[in-house]
Amino acid sequence: MTAYDIFLAPLADYGFMRRALVACLCLGLSSGPIGVFLMLRRMSLVGDAMSHAVLPGAAIGYLVAGSLSLTAMGIGGLVAGLSVALLSGAVSRTTVLQEDASFASFYLASLALGVLIVSLRGSNIDLLHVLFGTILAIDAPALYQIGAIATITLLALALVYRPLVAECFDPGFLAAVGGRGPVYHVLFLLLVVLNLVASFQALGTLMAVGLMMLPAAIAQLWAKNLPAMMATAAASAVASGYLGLIASYHLSLASGPTIVMTAALIYGGSLLFAPSGIARRIFPRPHLKG
Amino acid sequence: MSAPLLKLHDLTVTYERHPAVHHISGAFRAGSLTAIAGPNGAGKSTLLKAIMGELRPATGRIEHHLTRADIGYLPQAADINRRFPISVADTVLLGAWRKAGAFGRVAGYEMEKATAALSAVGLEGFGQRPIGSLSAGQFQRVLFARLLMQDARLILLDEPFTAIDARTTRDLLDIVGRWHGEGRTVVAVLHDFEQVRTHFPETLLIAREAIGWGPTAEVLSPANLIKARAMAERWDEDAEACEMPA
Repeated sequence: MTAYDIFLAPLADYGFMRRALVACLCLGLSSGPIGVFLMLRRMSLVGDAMSHAVLPGAAIGYLVAGSLSLTAMGIGGLVAGLSVALLSGAVSRTTVLQEDASFASFYLASLALGVLIVSLRGSNIDLLHVLFGTILAIDAPALYQIGAIATITLLALALVYRPLVAECFDPGFLAAVGGRGPVYHVLFLLLVVLNLVASFQALGTLMAVGLMMLPAAIAQLWAKNLPAMMATAAASAVASGYLGLIASYHLSLASGPTIVMTAALIYGGSLLFAPSGIARRIFPRPHLKG
Repeated sequence: MSAPLLKLHDLTVTYERHPAVHHISGAFRAGSLTAIAGPNGAGKSTLLKAIMGELRPATGRIEHHLTRADIGYLPQAADINRRFPISVADTVLLGAWRKAGAFGRVAGYEMEKATAALSAVGLEGFGQRPIGSLSAGQFQRVLFARLLMQDARLILLDEPFTAIDARTTRDLLDIVGRWHGEGRTVVAVLHDFEQVRTHFPETLLIAREAIGWGPTAEVLSPANLIKARAMAERWDEDAEACEMPA
């Protein structure tokens, strides 16, 4: 078997593999940097909670469309995810509950509602698709949607980069200069939900954050400053997507979990060998003169 | 006596209906250097946040004719995410917010100003260091450099010298003195009464309400300090609604 057979032939031979690859590239480029910001805002698990929150919307979209229409489910998921994000934010601002506590309450309710709706009408196979995604079944409209979300995310991040950094690093300062921190917070949550909806179609609700948080953790182990972290996260997410797809093709494994597992393997390697990893602690290099 | 820059009219700021500070009236004169002093839990930082506009008064009002850009604010170190991967230079350049805003380009002369501000706080050549690698004292110097960039008329400092070494405290107090000399109005929340006596001509002593406001020597009298300690007691869960006349 030549390198071409391993790395390119599956893509050259099958349209569904090409569409899956393009979806992975788009997802990686936008979810990676979003994951870095989530992690720096100490909201890693909020991303996970949000990914479950999109389920009832997706389920209603599925019921309305009457089939596994990724567009209908995407729109439903977007509405549900945003509602949970805004409601949780409102609850934490108006009651004693912290944002993570209100997120936990809303996402559990959301997840239960979503599974109930799917199980009312759909089969177990539909439920499996919703939970684990269908990256090999991505059609052209879904691909456009994922591409549009990635484009919007990258443009929005470039536009609000400075206030987002200030809000995350020193919210008191941003408030003092009249920087409207809550607006950027909500905008950021909107981007998170958009990316989760995109990932949800490919990786399912259970693993939608896979290409968000694992690349972010990898990036934090390798890079020291924020732009480098975002680039590393995007690159490792893209690499996980490509290598995961190829591996799932040759080993006849489910694509979504293989992609996330590839990211997990890169994370494991980084834990050991990255500049901030374990190996450097065990075998420290001599210190510098100045 | 110079004109008031900022007036408090019967100001009350609450937390779950309990007063953090209540019924405070008075004025910060333009060009004054005032310490807000008081025991722990006296409501000092809360008052500062209300003046800054971050907290909304429950009753009363704050009167001034300043824009956001006229106010420089130094948050408590604990409110800042020191593990954020940002460089010293970028932190200082946030001080150019008034000119560059959220989306604008940072002009070349602002870069030069940032370099000069870093030199002024004794951190020349530290620009590219990540803030996570700095000591508490060095980080506080960076925040002062950012304030220097802001060129504000009213400077609000929240516990600027807490957990800072003596040398840094001395250097930063020099900068505060320089701001005062330039005619800026400086208000600092402090809990070290000795520091207040030595460096701050005016004091607002609070313990959830104002105990004294005026020249430091008069305000920090033994009688007032005893009163302050006695008043900063715990919340009374059974307290009745406050009906103190305005």
